[in-house]
Amino acid sequence: MINITINGKQVSVAEGSTILEAAKQNNIYIPNLCYLEGVHKFGSCRLCVVEVEGARNLQASCMVPVREGMVIKTNTEKVRKARKVLYELILSDHPKDCLSCERNQSCELQELGNRLGVTEARFEGEKSVGNEDFSPSITRDMSKCILCRRCITVCNEIQNVGILNAQNRGFKTVVGPAMDLPINTVNCAYCGQCTVVCPVGALKETDAIQDVWKAINDKKKRVVVQVAPAIRVAIGEEFGLEPGTIVTGKLATALREMGFDDVFDTNFTADLTIIEEGTEFLTRVKKALTGGEATLPMITSCSPGWIKYVEHAFPLELDHLSTCKSPHTMLGALAKSYYAEKINVDPKDMYVVSIMPCTAKKFEISRPEMQNNGVPNVDAVLTTRELAKMIKEAGIDFLNLEDGQYDNPLGLSSGAADIFGVTGGVMEAALRTVYELVTGRELPFDKLHVAPIVGLEQIKTADILIENPVEAYKFLDGFTVKVAVTSGLKGAKILLDQIAKGESPYHFIEVMGCPGGCISGGGQPRPTTPEIRQKRLDAIYREDEGKQLRKSHENEYVTKLYEEFLKTPNGHKSHELLHTHYTKRGKFNEYIGE
Amino acid sequence: MSCEEKKCQCCCGEENNQQKYDRIAEVIEKYKNREGSLIQVLHMAQSIFGYLPLELQKFIAEGMDKPLSEVSGVVTFYSFFSTEPRGEHTIRVCLGTACYVRGGKKLVDRLEEILEVKVGGTTKDQKFTFEVARCIGACGLAPAMMIDDVVYKQVNPDKLEAILAKY
Repeated sequence: MINITINGKQVSVAEGSTILEAAKQNNIYIPNLCYLEGVHKFGSCRLCVVEVEGARNLQASCMVPVREGMVIKTNTEKVRKARKVLYELILSDHPKDCLSCERNQSCELQELGNRLGVTEARFEGEKSVGNEDFSPSITRDMSKCILCRRCITVCNEIQNVGILNAQNRGFKTVVGPAMDLPINTVNCAYCGQCTVVCPVGALKETDAIQDVWKAINDKKKRVVVQVAPAIRVAIGEEFGLEPGTIVTGKLATALREMGFDDVFDTNFTADLTIIEEGTEFLTRVKKALTGGEATLPMITSCSPGWIKYVEHAFPLELDHLSTCKSPHTMLGALAKSYYAEKINVDPKDMYVVSIMPCTAKKFEISRPEMQNNGVPNVDAVLTTRELAKMIKEAGIDFLNLEDGQYDNPLGLSSGAADIFGVTGGVMEAALRTVYELVTGRELPFDKLHVAPIVGLEQIKTADILIENPVEAYKFLDGFTVKVAVTSGLKGAKILLDQIAKGESPYHFIEVMGCPGGCISGGGQPRPTTPEIRQKRLDAIYREDEGKQLRKSHENEYVTKLYEEFLKTPNGHKSHELLHTHYTKRGKFNEYIGE
Repeated sequence: MSCEEKKCQCCCGEENNQQKYDRIAEVIEKYKNREGSLIQVLHMAQSIFGYLPLELQKFIAEGMDKPLSEVSGVVTFYSFFSTEPRGEHTIRVCLGTACYVRGGKKLVDRLEEILEVKVGGTTKDQKFTFEVARCIGACGLAPAMMIDDVVYKQVNPDKLEAILAKY
């Protein structure tokens, strides 16, 4: 431990702590802007400066480690003045259109000005010009960028994709893709993690709010909405609720009050995905074990950020991907076929909206594969943040809503579907079903949780031994299914490098593009700290355990769907509506041309 | 590093692009596992290829296993690197304090007239690339300018045409 004095108070803190961390542990708040706990330490904004006795200049407290006997003052006239001037300098190159900025009231720069007591903006100078750069998922407005570089850290070090880096020099510095290339021409996965950490309005999801209001107001349209599992444990944060508060019922009511005609649950097609993907996996394993050719390991395909990443980074390994569409596009495809037939609506008059924790899903729905008979499976994707805005805009008192229900036939779901929202969840859900199908016995884990693959570690693995299978699966007797789970694209690269070298020991891999899975997706409420991530994760498992129905294959509406419409898993109809193929893109889009 | 540079200077102009890329590939192979060697590779690639267009940056990014945005970040940070074709010779007029005071700006103005390009540009005939420098360490000889490695001291704007005629 190191002994230091902060503001006259003697304290001991762990060796290696920065001044900022030491102050925080002792309930002293030092204003800061570019710093992001556990993620980004760069010292670019200088707003966290403090006085250190014996040091010639003010010190950036986020960068300087404590030393024995250090005497620190965080609240002197000199420090306060310096912070205000630094803040005003940042403002001198920032458009002051706060009232009409989409980050109004949720902007870290704005909040900090308030905290610092800044009441002037004395410096007028040249302004950075930035054209808005649109892609289906992410919009960049570099005139608002304050060069904190959090997005660079997340894009390069957390996700290991490296789309964003500082370009040019000095006043002309911009954060962006190489050589000012538009973001929709480069190998961006659209995971949106940069939009979660951006403190201002420079990086955000591409707006779908206007399109959705228009559809709701169009009397000719049957507007169908569906909600991903991760929304129900996170959207409460946008209304001031404690992270991890489950609001499944309020969400259904809010959507109905907004004017959606049918309120469905993406969870339903998560259950369906397990049937389709589980069948696909067993088919591949059977082929491999009985002398046929099959590509293993098979990798899950629910996360469109992961999909776009692998299409760019490993275009030659796409056969490893399950051919299943992601659950929300499955639901869209079924709404516009199975359900449209039932209620006698022309699919062209149906408008499907997906509420997703994800920015990549906005791109996903624009893929040509995600349509049937010329009609897109899903018409619009709203992030969790966008939906919260619409609920506020509609004047709905979210906190006091009664709990509502999701509509059938696409609304019932098992606990296995809930855990699709968290890393390890898709794998666990698949194992609950596949193991039982193969052995006739329940998956032998406490509360059905496959403990080795639960949690936030980068790569998790488990071995599942199959003994005494039922007659149809005798070929699996004594076989150990090796599975691996990762979340975040850095972990995905490790597992894919193994596959590319032919050294992967696994049979089944789950990849989610964002660290922790969809609970900390690019469209989720800001901020996502490690603590908040853990609370959302716990909530997902609570939601699962609170249900009677815990296994996808026990969902009666899924059974009914097969009886009435799809007939058989991986059958003709399934392939037409629920499965897809992938595009070799290459690191520089060289496979599909620029 | 000097070895590759020499090799380059004697071969440039005789090689086709494929041969240049092959030599850049050799450079990458040699440096790719050395921490912090991107700048050196870019330096040598520029001396082999003449400049660093996007396609070449992609080639280097791929070979060095680095994101393209990082490579281009370095290329656009340093004024030494160019993403446009460069002239056969580089003129650098010093605009450090001493040269500025002694009329460096007049040299710039006159050169813009003679060469018919702005600072940073390359003449139509690809003969000269025209740049300014911040102090070339020849303050006692102000105003100074360099053409490639040769320093011209106490340059009079009226002498410029005669100097350029030597190239």
